[in-house]
Amino acid sequence: MDPVIELENLSKCYGDFKAVDDLNLTIQKGEVFGLLGPNGAGKSTTILMMLGLTEPSGGSVKVCGLDATRHPVEVKRKVGYLPEDVGFYDDLTGFENLLFTARLNGQSDQQAYPKAAELLNKVGLGAHAEKKVGKYSRGMRQRLGLADVLVKDPEVIILDEPTLGIDPKGVKELLELILHLSREKGLTVLLSSHHLHQVQQICTRVGLFVTGKLIASGDVESLSSQLIAKHPYLIEAKIGDEFQDPVLRENLSKIPGVEEVTLLAEGLLHIGCSADNTAAIANAIMASGAQLTHLSKKTYGLDDIYQRYFENTTSHEVDQSS
Amino acid sequence: MIFINVILKIPLPMKLINQAKHYIAGISLPSLSLHQTKTQAKTNELSSKVTSPFWVIVNKEVADHIRSWRLVILVAIITIACAGSLITGLMHFKDAVSANAPEGSFFFLKLFSASGSGLPSFVVFISFLGPLLGIGLGFDAINSEQNRGTMARVLSQPLYRDQWLNAKFAGGLIVISALFTGLTLIFMSIGIVKIGIPPTPEEFLRILIFTFVTICYVGFWMNLSILFSVKFKQAATSALCTIAVWLFITVFYGIIVNFIANATAPGQFATPDQMVRYQQFITNLMRVVPSQLYSDATTTLLMPSIRSLGPLTTEQVVGTVPSPLPLGQSLLLVWAQMTGLVLATVSCFALAYYSFMRREVRSR
Repeated sequence: MDPVIELENLSKCYGDFKAVDDLNLTIQKGEVFGLLGPNGAGKSTTILMMLGLTEPSGGSVKVCGLDATRHPVEVKRKVGYLPEDVGFYDDLTGFENLLFTARLNGQSDQQAYPKAAELLNKVGLGAHAEKKVGKYSRGMRQRLGLADVLVKDPEVIILDEPTLGIDPKGVKELLELILHLSREKGLTVLLSSHHLHQVQQICTRVGLFVTGKLIASGDVESLSSQLIAKHPYLIEAKIGDEFQDPVLRENLSKIPGVEEVTLLAEGLLHIGCSADNTAAIANAIMASGAQLTHLSKKTYGLDDIYQRYFENTTSHEVDQSS
Repeated sequence: MIFINVILKIPLPMKLINQAKHYIAGISLPSLSLHQTKTQAKTNELSSKVTSPFWVIVNKEVADHIRSWRLVILVAIITIACAGSLITGLMHFKDAVSANAPEGSFFFLKLFSASGSGLPSFVVFISFLGPLLGIGLGFDAINSEQNRGTMARVLSQPLYRDQWLNAKFAGGLIVISALFTGLTLIFMSIGIVKIGIPPTPEEFLRILIFTFVTICYVGFWMNLSILFSVKFKQAATSALCTIAVWLFITVFYGIIVNFIANATAPGQFATPDQMVRYQQFITNLMRVVPSQLYSDATTTLLMPSIRSLGPLTTEQVVGTVPSPLPLGQSLLLVWAQMTGLVLATVSCFALAYYSFMRREVRSR
């Protein structure tokens, strides 16, 4: 595996504020990496530094083996970047906008025309190619943005909040398109988002980014084990009102792997285990004379990971202030 | 000749409006940016030439300028004003030319500097409206790209930032040059037809140099407005700032210099030496602003009889032959002014570079 993007001790300060704090990250070729974090976490700043659009205060950025701060033009030749809330020349058609980008990348008309037409068809804008971009909808602009990124034949594409402001159906289509195109051309993709579900859908690896620091990275499963080490499995059971609490608890704790039993309000039971024993738990509940109405195994999505993390940070911040 | 007659028969403004309509309809529009914009273009008809990013942007800028209403309106105003001054020039041509004037041979140049019946001359009009044109072409060069969100997209393409700034300037300068050269040539051709005297080669050269100085002057204003467009996020702010500077220079600066002149005037019994130094001090104060440099340069170029832009003593004038200066000498006289104009343009550029080069490019 050869690394395409290497960030080493990267930091960026605005006055006293540290937007990016000592960041280390390596992205391999062919990965779809999701940069995940709340607004203002420093995702965009990191991306800007990768393209040489802003200078880092410390550390180094290497993209395709080139220093992005020293040789931004060479880097930009290989990297397609879709800025957050991308803008086009409204008085030109979608096709003309693509041609302009292609020409800026040193392509002759002979190369650029067929390519632009092909890409427009691929992103589903073939029918609107001759329409002025001013009349495009938000989703269409974003798809045009994707075509605009691909027109230069990049090795890496960096998408900053590509799904912002698009309706759910459009998001799904766009993400599928990104995945499809990246596989087809063997691209490395870096996309930033604060929407967990979307990132979860298409990313092979995710980095969680908070207040300028990468707090965890890996695929979704390894993230959940990194961040929620308490119990790998959580089983949620709903039982009827009439039961004897101590008996139930005793029965449950006999099952190997059960570590913690919490009774929440209205007969809602949370059982933390180290292994998946759903069937045994069901039997135990029945045996203790309770009525089982609902039993489900909770798996951790990114959402929970996210939430979990922020619970921690808030408490952490409270600790600091007190 | 036929062409000129056609122009004369149709009133000039009407022709311009027709032309503008044509441009807007895109019928006679030269294919500046996009040769064919159809997706179904045949591959073998397309050029395989690779254009450098700089020229790609220049092409786009020029196309944008030509298609914009802003330029159409500004050009219409300038053309109408010049038509007015041409008529004045022709009407007062007889008064301006006297049989035994020393610059008797330079009939043709009179046309450019003649004024009367309340209408100023061609030169005065250009020096007044030219800056407006320059400001109009440059005031939103960078900040409008930022506001449209296209700046991050363009700057993430493989090009240097200075290329972008240079291309914006070059695009505007090409439009200005084409406009002023065209305007001057039309002005001259109508003049030839009407007064029946062709310009001598020297006169023609003088007029060409005058056009060049005008382009430099308008280029300065465009550059200043580009500088403000880099500095200010809102296009309106940068437009207002540039216009404020322009008003200050054209109107208030003169008043302030007058004030200083009155305050520092030497007494009645001052030595001639003191008088000369005082005069030079005031002239130098005036020359700080580019509009003064421009008017110095153009008057010297268009009035060959001017032999000095500062005070002359009687000893210096005694024994001179009352003849106009040759072109080389006139040029020598205004060389400093022309250098000053170019310097002002270059320093605007330097400041724009300085604030643009290391700036962080955020989207919107």
